[in-house]
Amino acid sequence: MPKHLLPIAFAAMLWAMGAHAGTRTAITIASEGASPPWDSIDSNGQLVGYDIDVGKELCRRMAIECKFVAQDWDGIIPALTVGKYDAIISGMSITEKRKKTISFSAPYAIGTNQIVMRRDLNLPPTDIKLKLDLTGIDAGKQAILDQLKAALTGKNLGVLRSSNSEAVLTDLFGKVATIRSYDSLENLKLDLAADRIDGGLADYSNWKLFLDSPDGRNAAFYGPQLFGGTWGPGIGIGIRKDDGDLVEAFNKAIAGAVTDGTLKKLSLQWFGFDISPPETP
Amino acid sequence: MQIDIFLQSIVTLANAAFLTIALTVPSLVIGFVISVPLAFMRASDSRYLSSAILAYTYVVRGTPLLVQLFLIYYGLGQIDVIRHSPLWVLLRDPFWCALLAFSLNSAAYTTELFRGAIQAVPRGLVEAAEAVGMSRLQQARLITFPIAFRAALPSYTNEVIGLLKASSLASTVTLLEITGVARRLVSETFAPYEIFLAAGVIYLALTYLVTSVFRLLERHLAGAEPKVARETAMLSLRRISP
Repeated sequence: MPKHLLPIAFAAMLWAMGAHAGTRTAITIASEGASPPWDSIDSNGQLVGYDIDVGKELCRRMAIECKFVAQDWDGIIPALTVGKYDAIISGMSITEKRKKTISFSAPYAIGTNQIVMRRDLNLPPTDIKLKLDLTGIDAGKQAILDQLKAALTGKNLGVLRSSNSEAVLTDLFGKVATIRSYDSLENLKLDLAADRIDGGLADYSNWKLFLDSPDGRNAAFYGPQLFGGTWGPGIGIGIRKDDGDLVEAFNKAIAGAVTDGTLKKLSLQWFGFDISPPETP
Repeated sequence: MQIDIFLQSIVTLANAAFLTIALTVPSLVIGFVISVPLAFMRASDSRYLSSAILAYTYVVRGTPLLVQLFLIYYGLGQIDVIRHSPLWVLLRDPFWCALLAFSLNSAAYTTELFRGAIQAVPRGLVEAAEAVGMSRLQQARLITFPIAFRAALPSYTNEVIGLLKASSLASTVTLLEITGVARRLVSETFAPYEIFLAAGVIYLALTYLVTSVFRLLERHLAGAEPKVARETAMLSLRRISP
């Protein structure tokens, strides 16, 4: 081998070693930091939330050092694929569409989503305790959705840009209502509080926090709790496709944290109710 | 690079260009209309008048447009008095908020641009106009402004292009102009490279259009100049060789 090629060969070797399982000592994890209680940024500029605590816990179990970075939602997948960081822990649903671009760990949480509407619209009442699985819609479910559709006709509905909620909302009500996509849920809530939009669709736990605050007093849940369909089987950790070793390591750590109740404990701490996934047999 | 995604997004984004234009052109017109009187006030000998206008242009030029847009859109929406005033009909809508922010911003930059051009008009011309008995308004309308405008035109073209590109900020308040639609497409396809490249191509085409129009305008307005220069040159030649 010519001498001047040696450094290149050496670098290639290092790179190949870096990609090999078991040799990782540190990874970088991205989180949006704008969807409490999943993840948010506290007054010291630090990322905090269920996602962050789960990430730290899993890294402890994998004996890997973790660094967290904040990343805007609409660029969170492209930046992962180009290698700005190694994993996404940001309340991200495992979906078929995303799986074409990245891999996912097993779910570390099971969440539901719900529509929130302004109270002063005086819409016909609905059953907000009902849980509706959007996978496999039959006549009964269709009737409930049609009722919703009639109630939401002509309304302005806000949603997080690039989210599954955006896809679901556009799919279900895009023809009858105006859909407006926001950079962050914070801005969506500001506009809901300012009456610029009539309602929106987002993660249940995220709404809960808003509705309990003074800003959310003119809004309330509307329609059934939605899950499945575009949202897929649950909330997982996003990982690059060629990092199969990392998926495996995370899966092992998640299974462990489910079994000994750590995820349930963290879930109760951040949400006040249990969203941890069931133990895998 | 997936060429089909690129071509498809060119078509989709070309439609979104209408909103970009609908934001940019009225903002420029409003900005221009506001800036002309402001520029004269800013160039006036009255220190109070001049510094009042300076305060406005200083604040607007000294803060990012994004911050101004957020202040107008999210900030004003927080104030109860405004939410219950008739103004809310307009301010409720992201389009009008963006239009307001862009107009005020463009007005500030254009004011300073014209102020410089007005002050650069040779003193002698203004004195000559005074000498033939023109009123202040006539001086401004017939002498100062036409000369200043012609001098400022190349820099004003820059302002037009600048605002065209700055209109991409409207995507942050949910408007689906070129950048807004591009971001939506990226979220559907996860192909940022092709789609933002297509967005860049559309902006480039719009900029080309703007520069072409203004180059024509420049040439049209400059038409008088060579003629005058030529005649002066002939006169001086005649004087040399009787």
